[in-house]
Amino acid sequence: MKARVFVTLKNGVLDPQGKAIHHALEGLGFNGVNDVRAGKLIELDLADDVTDASIEEMCKKLLANTVIENFRIERV
Amino acid sequence: MKTAVIVFPGSNCDRDLAVAFEAATGTKPAMVWHRETSLPDGIDLIGVPGGFSYGDYLRSGAMAAQSPVMKAVAEAADQGRYVLGICNGFQVLTETGLLPGALMRNAGIKFVSRDVGLTVGNSQSAFTSRYEMGQSITIPVAHHDGNYFADDATLERLEGEGRVAFRYAEEVNGSARNIAGILNESGNVLGMMPHPERAAEEAHGNVDGRALFSALAGLA
Repeated sequence: MKARVFVTLKNGVLDPQGKAIHHALEGLGFNGVNDVRAGKLIELDLADDVTDASIEEMCKKLLANTVIENFRIERV
Repeated sequence: MKTAVIVFPGSNCDRDLAVAFEAATGTKPAMVWHRETSLPDGIDLIGVPGGFSYGDYLRSGAMAAQSPVMKAVAEAADQGRYVLGICNGFQVLTETGLLPGALMRNAGIKFVSRDVGLTVGNSQSAFTSRYEMGQSITIPVAHHDGNYFADDATLERLEGEGRVAFRYAEEVNGSARNIAGILNESGNVLGMMPHPERAAEEAHGNVDGRALFSALAGLA
């Protein structure tokens, strides 16, 4: 079983990488990009008996820093 | 005073910090590998050094924060031992929760490596007692993730309790309220991005960092 964890910066937390990507897109001539936020995708290959609660614990303990980041878990 | 320096895979300021500790205290620090589950007996001061622990994978300091030795460091901090985290060490201390907030990518994206002006924000702490309140000092920085972030309530608390030990006197990395270093609630843990160990002897061309080590050495 696989799960995907999406880690994104919380609203209101400045994202310098997203900003740089935004500027680069504009520099390439792509118009209409209002904002860019960069995050992380972490794919977990899991044994079948790993619970949702356990994945959530992994996110809180290591995969995301909840001071600045949100996470979303998606079972594949 | 007995000191220890924690060594992670990827630490690169551990020996510089050891030299500064030894110069100040007259005793060689114990170098403690990240897999150790306890610290040597009677350690008064623990240094968490700069570098790129675990290659900065996931987030700077995130993996190091989960290493066995950091449990022992957290226990020592609870018992009132002094803990000094510099640069990557500061990142490790925020990731372990020993200090509030987080250190994010520099606002200007670029790695910043240069001397910066700092203002001393607290001269009462164990770490800063040999500086004057408001004193201007120059200490080098070398980091990619030094942009201090905390929510407004936390920032207000840090300011109100006099826990901003050092503040940048110039724009460096986008840090909230120009914060360069903060103390924990009890004042026995300091995290700072600038490197006082790189400004601690004549050969460095700058000794503004020396007062921090001599203040600590004078405690025990």
